[in-house]
Amino acid sequence: MRIALFITCYNDLLFPEVGQAMVRLFRRLGNDVEFPAEQTCCGQMHFNSGYQDACIPLVQRFVAAFAGYDVVVTPSGSCASMVRRYHPLVAELAADRGADAGLADRVAAVSPRVLELSEFLVDTLGVTDVGARFPHKVAFHPTCHSTRLLGVGDRPTRLLAGVEGLTLVDLPRSEACCGFGGTFAVKNADTSVAMGRDKVDDVLGTGAEVLTAGDTSCLMHIGGLLSRRRSSVRVMHLAEILAATGTDA
Amino acid sequence: MSGTAGTDRRAEHEPTFAATPPFPEAARAALANDQLRANLGRATATIRTKRAAVVAERADWESLRLAGAAIKDEVLRDLPALLEQLERAVTDAGGIVHWARDGAEANAIVAAIVREHDATEVVKVKSMATQEIELNEALRQEGIDVWETDLAEMIVQLGHDLPSHILVPAIHRNRTEIRDIFREEMWRVGRPAPDGLSDDPPDLAEAARLHLREKFLRARVAVSGANFAIAETGTIVVLESEGNGRMCLTLPEVLITVMGIEKLLPTWRDLEVFLQLLPRSSTAERMNPYTSTWTGVTPGDGPSEFHLILLDNGRTDVLTDTTGRQALRCIRCSACLNVCPVYERTGGQAYGSVYPGPIGAILTPQLRGIAKHPVDKQTASLPYASSLCGACFDVCPVRIDIPEVLVHLRGQVVRQSEATHRLPTAEAVGMRATAWTFRSSRRLSLAERAAGLAGRLFGRRGRLRRIPGPGPVGAWFRARDLKAPARESFRAWWRRTDGGRGGD
Repeated sequence: MRIALFITCYNDLLFPEVGQAMVRLFRRLGNDVEFPAEQTCCGQMHFNSGYQDACIPLVQRFVAAFAGYDVVVTPSGSCASMVRRYHPLVAELAADRGADAGLADRVAAVSPRVLELSEFLVDTLGVTDVGARFPHKVAFHPTCHSTRLLGVGDRPTRLLAGVEGLTLVDLPRSEACCGFGGTFAVKNADTSVAMGRDKVDDVLGTGAEVLTAGDTSCLMHIGGLLSRRRSSVRVMHLAEILAATGTDA
Repeated sequence: MSGTAGTDRRAEHEPTFAATPPFPEAARAALANDQLRANLGRATATIRTKRAAVVAERADWESLRLAGAAIKDEVLRDLPALLEQLERAVTDAGGIVHWARDGAEANAIVAAIVREHDATEVVKVKSMATQEIELNEALRQEGIDVWETDLAEMIVQLGHDLPSHILVPAIHRNRTEIRDIFREEMWRVGRPAPDGLSDDPPDLAEAARLHLREKFLRARVAVSGANFAIAETGTIVVLESEGNGRMCLTLPEVLITVMGIEKLLPTWRDLEVFLQLLPRSSTAERMNPYTSTWTGVTPGDGPSEFHLILLDNGRTDVLTDTTGRQALRCIRCSACLNVCPVYERTGGQAYGSVYPGPIGAILTPQLRGIAKHPVDKQTASLPYASSLCGACFDVCPVRIDIPEVLVHLRGQVVRQSEATHRLPTAEAVGMRATAWTFRSSRRLSLAERAAGLAGRLFGRRGRLRRIPGPGPVGAWFRARDLKAPARESFRAWWRRTDGGRGGD
């Protein structure tokens, strides 16, 4: 099985430790992973902000970079949902524009193989105990795109339940959006922050030491609010917890 | 923004949404109102929980949603023929059908009918279509008094306020505010509030009942909307909770129904699906207390004259947009409002439209013609009034993919901005620049190195804090820190260490 890592643009730039954790985790589970160097961005920011035409070359690049892999794993439910649900729409747009009539077929070959981390671990590798140890109190934020667009369900919490020493606390109103929403966070900053503050209050109420999720974009927003509040609660991607063996965290 | 306390209560005109600023600005003002947020948070949390419970009772809920969407899609596909079928059926049953291209035409038709009967007032059943065309203000200009009889609509009207919810237009008010409105306003327009009125819900309901009763008994003309109209039989259907609708639909001599042309259902049997979907989605009831149906006129039973006004007001333009048209499936249940995290915080008035919340964010711009011509800034801001969390799509009883339509409309906003601005906006420049960077992994590597360097220059302990500035940078840092870009990007690390095989 040839596995490619789709790091996503913001994890590449802001959270390289998430990608490194995935590489460590996969190797520990006996799977090698490749990093196709031609990859850049899935185009979600452009697509969701109304610049859909700008996505066409990004989708062309995506399918070229990841063609030929059995599985493409990504640490983002949001980017995975962009690829699986909206790359076909971008391909349609390309055909409408007379830009690339064959893109739809290339997208159909690649996009269904793109999996979010917990889908890959639970469905493809068939594991829920990944041999991690993380003796901390952890709250889990399910993130909207992982839950509603991808439907990852309880896969992440099953993985967390398998982590030795980890105490998973109940996050009230966990299904509520944190308010990040891509460019929404800056276009409607006041509303975004109001939503985020409610999420932060819910997190602080749990007494958790760590807040985790399958998307660093949401964590970047919630973490930014926690940091401004000088809270000691850390935000960590699910991959970092699953890669932990108790000595490195 | 609204006619809340402190504004002129004897205003010459009903308040309108015309002066609402673009959504981010209107939202900021609403977010500063703690009372509003407390009222909304409580109300939406309650209705959300109840809806989830009654929907969970139906094992076939997903099938019902699919059926609802399919029936509505059939209506939109065959609309011209179905409308003519409805017109024939209503006419055969003794009703009179009018066609109105826009709000002005519909309002003029209503006013003419009222004048024809020498009436000076009408009682109204709650109706979104008449709110949309600002019928109340139009009739007032003609010297005709309009009495809203739905409790929440009456609270909004008495308070010289604007609605903030489709189903519960006074959801932003708590019971103490409502008692104060009743005390201060009822006497001006009819029977005063009882002395010593408390803010207990049963007392408030009784005060409303007494106040409305004299209007029901006196009015000779009633105006309603329609939840559904059956093309096959010419039957109009109104669902309600309070019974005020039944009073309006049965007591006056003349009944005028204003209905958007998309409210059709092909056959009587189709109603079965919607009578299951609508109450559970809107009021979280298995069945609403009052369902009124009427077909034309029946001698000696109810109104002796029935007018049906079929309102277009932008709908046929919406039909031409293959992605956007699904918004016309909407049955005005408001489930999407109640689950929306944005609506929950800003309330409905910030949307500057009688259709607030997620459905309003896709319906209002389309009805205002966003596909045909550039729209004003307020309208253009509506498709962005969402974090795209998708909660609205999950609960929509007719499966309108609201996030998909929002993103589609954002594309229209961007293309119009590009067509009308000589110079590209700062946002467009930024989007083009990032897209150009992402089109090459080499350019991306260089950009990441530059960002990493900037992060080291401006960051402290790996964080960026309080960076001032206009635009998106300032907007982020006003309330949030940001992790500084990494010293070494993932791809640089991978290259340097051969994917970690060569050490860290």
